[in-house]
Amino acid sequence: MDLSVNICGVELKNPITTASGTFGFGHEYGQFFDLSMLGGIGVKGLTPTERLGNPAPRIAETPMGILNCVGLQNPGIDKFIEEQIPFLRQYDTKIIANVSGNTVEEYCGMIEKISDADVDLIEMNISCPNVKCGGMAFGTQVDMVEEVVSAAKKYAKKPLIVKLSPNVTDIAEIARAAVASGADALSLINTLLGMRIDIDSRKPILSNIMGGMSGPAVFPVAVRMVYQVRKAVDVPIIGMGGIRNGRDIVEMMLAGADAVAMGTVMFADPMAPVKALEELKDYMQKHGIEKVTELTGAVRV
Amino acid sequence: MKQEICTVTDRQDYGSGLFALTLHAPQIAAEAKCGQFVHITCGEGNLLRRPISICDVEGEMLKIVFQVKGEGTEWLSRRSPKHKLDVLGSLGHGFNTDALGERSVMIGGGIGVPPMLYTMKNAKANGATPTAILGFRNKDAVILTEDFEKVGTTYICTDDGSFGTHGFVTTELEKHISEYTGVCACGPKPMLKAIAQIAEKANIPCQVSMEERMGCGIGACLVCACGLKLRDGEQGVRYGHVCKDGPVFDAKEVVW
Ligand SMILES: Cc1cc2nc3c(=O)[nH]c(=O)nc-3n(C[C@H](O)[C@H](O)[C@H](O)COP(=O)(O)O)c2cc1C
Repeated sequence: MDLSVNICGVELKNPITTASGTFGFGHEYGQFFDLSMLGGIGVKGLTPTERLGNPAPRIAETPMGILNCVGLQNPGIDKFIEEQIPFLRQYDTKIIANVSGNTVEEYCGMIEKISDADVDLIEMNISCPNVKCGGMAFGTQVDMVEEVVSAAKKYAKKPLIVKLSPNVTDIAEIARAAVASGADALSLINTLLGMRIDIDSRKPILSNIMGGMSGPAVFPVAVRMVYQVRKAVDVPIIGMGGIRNGRDIVEMMLAGADAVAMGTVMFADPMAPVKALEELKDYMQKHGIEKVTELTGAVRV
Repeated sequence: MKQEICTVTDRQDYGSGLFALTLHAPQIAAEAKCGQFVHITCGEGNLLRRPISICDVEGEMLKIVFQVKGEGTEWLSRRSPKHKLDVLGSLGHGFNTDALGERSVMIGGGIGVPPMLYTMKNAKANGATPTAILGFRNKDAVILTEDFEKVGTTYICTDDGSFGTHGFVTTELEKHISEYTGVCACGPKPMLKAIAQIAEKANIPCQVSMEERMGCGIGACLVCACGLKLRDGEQGVRYGHVCKDGPVFDAKEVVW
């Protein structure tokens, strides 16, 4: 049985990676399972310098999901390169560095720097607010996507994955713009903008009023968007959003994903990726599938 | 830090929405330290686990006491002997009773009372002569006092005077402050803040157990932020995380 998948020339031993921001730099979940079982590790979103993040509360629960407003708390890209890459390199897995910026220049600077570091793939999170454009997220408008991706691509010496925001009217249009501007692969979905209110105090639960929704509740939205993007572009796709188990991985791949990422589900079960891999193998065995790549886009419509 | 499927061996209903469960949790009990917590899956319908502080450990048994606050804890309150629970533990950074000296005082307010029991036992086991000050809303909310009294001197107060002394734990603490060498506390934030101020004035160490809405419980998702002072004494704030850096913090570190 062949579980390996190829993302822009980088071979992942299996299609399971971790979703940025849900897995830190691997230390914590590494106490529950061997990180080498993962196809890849998506690390916490990095910024040019350390970011403190938002005050608490940063999380609100919602039926089968959560909202978060962590606010990209991270030690900054330099500390990551210095302290975390050596830790992650102890494991036989691929490193996916996730970067976030507030200006085109910030993205370019980080991608230049991380290209020279020992990582395998670069994931560019374009759900961040563009401070020069009144805080509108880069990933929500075609012209901003084109501007930031084409500029960043010039500095990328490693495959560049553009991570799409689902908070858009037409995800296919955004995906086409990203690929036309140089994205080597796409990942989706980032979190859906949501809000919850405490009815006793009448105050928003999150310190930031609104936050990003993730977890099983968003899974059908993610499957739909991956399906639409698969039809629109011809680059590898890392599908994510609400994946719980091996069956969800199969479904996400049938919709068009080449690889997947698991995130919020680990808050419920730290062993979720390990169990999901076994379930994926079981499914392949039962259905006589030799190569996991056969699943990609194999939905019968 | 382990994931263990634990069997409920005992359930107590204290009334007023307060419950105790005893779990057979050999792996977690073996490593549990006072002030740490466990993170429990509460039914199929609730995605997030519920963090609950460790009240007591005896051999392979772990006791937790909790208040029903929502659907998760309501589900948990309906567990009874033989039921299984999916538990992560023991988690977080607990109390360091050695740093509190010979005559430490354990202060608990409301649902902050349970973790102080194992903490008090720990202090005593390490050779100290600890005292407890426990505060409750009213007589109906009073729990665990006999367990504390077995360990050492225990003062009890209620907000309405229906049991013990009428008033707050802080009044009781101030009354006896000169007798103590260190303070540790768990309870509502305003109470912890007031205790921290009293301890600072008396120039004795103070450790507080903080609470925040939590996600993964192990330090990966960074949602349970607690504002801490900058290390070099500069103005500003940094964020630690209740699940990993806490729940117990040095009171001097916390931005109140
Ligand atoms: C607590 C938390 C923090 C996140 N931080 C980031 C981040 O720093 N960068 C990023 O690109 N996505 C971030 N995400 C989004 C996830 O990577 C993922 O796209 C999303 O959660 C959907 O997957 P899931 O439902 O499996 O969690 C975060 C999600 C959560 C829940």
